[in-house]
Amino acid sequence: MLPIINTGCNMSDRSNTIFLAHGSGSKLSHELIEKRLVPPLINPILSRLDDSAVFEYRGGRFAFTTDSYVVSPIFFPGGDIGRLAVCGTVNDLAMSGASPLYLSLSFIIEEGLTFEELELVLDSIKRAAEEAGVSIITGDTKVVNRGSADKLFINTSGIGVVAEGVDISGSNARVGDKIIISGAIGDHGIAVMSQREGLKFSVPIQSDCAPLNKMVAEMLAVSSQIHCLRDPTRGGLATALNEIARQSGVGIRIEEERIPIHDGVRAACELLGFDPLYVANEGKLVAVLAPEIAEKVLEKMRQNRYGHEAAIIGEVTDEHKGRVVMKTRLGASRIVDMLTGELLPRIC
Amino acid sequence: MRFIDEYRNVELGRGLIAKIAKLSIRPVKLMEFCGGHTVAIMRNGIRQLLPPSVQLLSGPGCPVCVTANVDIDVSISLAGLPGVTVTTFGDMMKVPGSYSSLQKARAEGADIRIVYSTQDAIQIARENSGRKVIFIGIGFETTAPTIAAAVLRAKAEGIRNFYVLCLLKLCPPVMKALLDLGEVKLDGIICPGHVSAIIGSKPYEFIPKEYGVACVISGFEPLDILLSVVMLVKQIETGQPRVEVAYRRGVRSEGNPVARRLIDTVFELSEANWRGIGNIAGSGLKFRKEFEEFDARLQFPISIEPVREAKGCLCGAILRGVKTPLDCSLFRRVCTPETPVGPCMVSSEGACAAYYQYGV
Repeated sequence: MLPIINTGCNMSDRSNTIFLAHGSGSKLSHELIEKRLVPPLINPILSRLDDSAVFEYRGGRFAFTTDSYVVSPIFFPGGDIGRLAVCGTVNDLAMSGASPLYLSLSFIIEEGLTFEELELVLDSIKRAAEEAGVSIITGDTKVVNRGSADKLFINTSGIGVVAEGVDISGSNARVGDKIIISGAIGDHGIAVMSQREGLKFSVPIQSDCAPLNKMVAEMLAVSSQIHCLRDPTRGGLATALNEIARQSGVGIRIEEERIPIHDGVRAACELLGFDPLYVANEGKLVAVLAPEIAEKVLEKMRQNRYGHEAAIIGEVTDEHKGRVVMKTRLGASRIVDMLTGELLPRIC
Repeated sequence: MRFIDEYRNVELGRGLIAKIAKLSIRPVKLMEFCGGHTVAIMRNGIRQLLPPSVQLLSGPGCPVCVTANVDIDVSISLAGLPGVTVTTFGDMMKVPGSYSSLQKARAEGADIRIVYSTQDAIQIARENSGRKVIFIGIGFETTAPTIAAAVLRAKAEGIRNFYVLCLLKLCPPVMKALLDLGEVKLDGIICPGHVSAIIGSKPYEFIPKEYGVACVISGFEPLDILLSVVMLVKQIETGQPRVEVAYRRGVRSEGNPVARRLIDTVFELSEANWRGIGNIAGSGLKFRKEFEEFDARLQFPISIEPVREAKGCLCGAILRGVKTPLDCSLFRRVCTPETPVGPCMVSSEGACAAYYQYGV
């Protein structure tokens, strides 16, 4: 825990209020979850803090997860809140090595949403569920006053089944393991941001929003020696790798020049002052796996439509435990920290 | 990516590093003026690649960092006035003032909105004619023309609910102040790239002439910075300090006269209060008389509680190049990006944030 020291003059932001930054996937988000939300509810399954909870019941192993979607705008290049709500939850299940089976679907609708918008979202939910091979088997709808929500919020929960011999968790990374990213990073965050801010690029940047469960099944068919899977959503690749380093108590070393980034995203990041390592993805995964199977799994991933740009970007080391270090293009090293605070534009 | 990759080319970079190692004989202290330079240096690990004879010190070129506590306090007080919407660049949100921050004020109900440009602030004023919209105008010569343009636009359109808290500062006068203080014996300055795109290279000429200190105007890519170091070391080793431009694709020696005219139309020179340095005459900008209707200071008289400085915070000394973040006992322990004590840990271009984020 970060020390809370009253320096007298510094007001510091540790007041009794929640800031937007508490929801950004940053260190503050982690603190909110680990220090405030989890302790009163603690139990052995919850405390693992993986993307899904995995539990055993009557001889079977199941994964269960839930996620709420509040993206603004609700339609963005390459996707919309509906596709996101299905893919996000399917991916959280897949990151535990589970095959997703069923989803729930809850709408919180702000008065004033048009039926046309709702139908577009529903259609996209239907198509994403079909693609992922999951059924939506229960749901709920609430309508709230104008201003009490922003157009449409969606919650989905999902349940899946974990095959025997599969043991995937953020705490399973081992020294010597290789790290794979399934494709170019930052597309989703920049697509949403550019839509929101009205930025136009000559090559439009599309969200990568996609269900990854089939690719995960293909990877697991190659080998069950996949130790961690994580989808680098809010907080981006940097935060996902830091989570793994912390949970597993290992160091992670990555190489800048191996990380795939589309030119449009790089250009937008230059313009906005963002580091693509921190920009959100909705159709990418990070895999940490035994070195002897890395090439084989990589080859398999590249055959999948969502993994054709997959690359090995680094490895797990016993140095700098709990931290991520990146070799820069010029050959120096630098720390890659978790996202801190909100992603903000630079000013000069 | 064209126009970026060329300036990150690894082979050329290694060549420049080898050149620096070959040229550099006597130990030199170079100040990278801009926060953007500091970030590029840390992000690319450039310090590790330079020979031990070349020492890089971070300077006061981060507009958020040099904003004095009193001005943060005033911004927060303005946000608390009824009917007022404060608009600001995002980096200002978390900077702790004496008692609070804009982020905290927003969470407590003040209407504070992050904008990407002054034009966004004007748009908010247009769309909310019932509210008084104040833009927190921080920045250097780079930002000043955009604020001037926004004010001229507001005047032309007859927008009567737009105001600016003018905290604009100028770079050459603070460089002079640092050299006069003489706390650090500088051999060379990596001069700001984007500021120079506006003011050109002439305003730095007093530095080699009067202080014998080498000057090279640099861009923000790794090769820009390495090239600037090569040029500085060459000037120093040959005993010929002068002003050179390494950032030719961005800076003309005459600068941008159109932008300077804009600044000159709306603003005039004034004293400015720099964190860690204090008041420097002629180092800031204030509204000219005919634009006083936009001046938030004049239009919203407020009183603030006595200003308090955070105990133990070295931001001031770090901004003067006297200390580095690693010298600060609060760094990483008490002062982190989540719980910043001083502004250098808040701004994405602050030296402390860059050391925290990228330092090994």
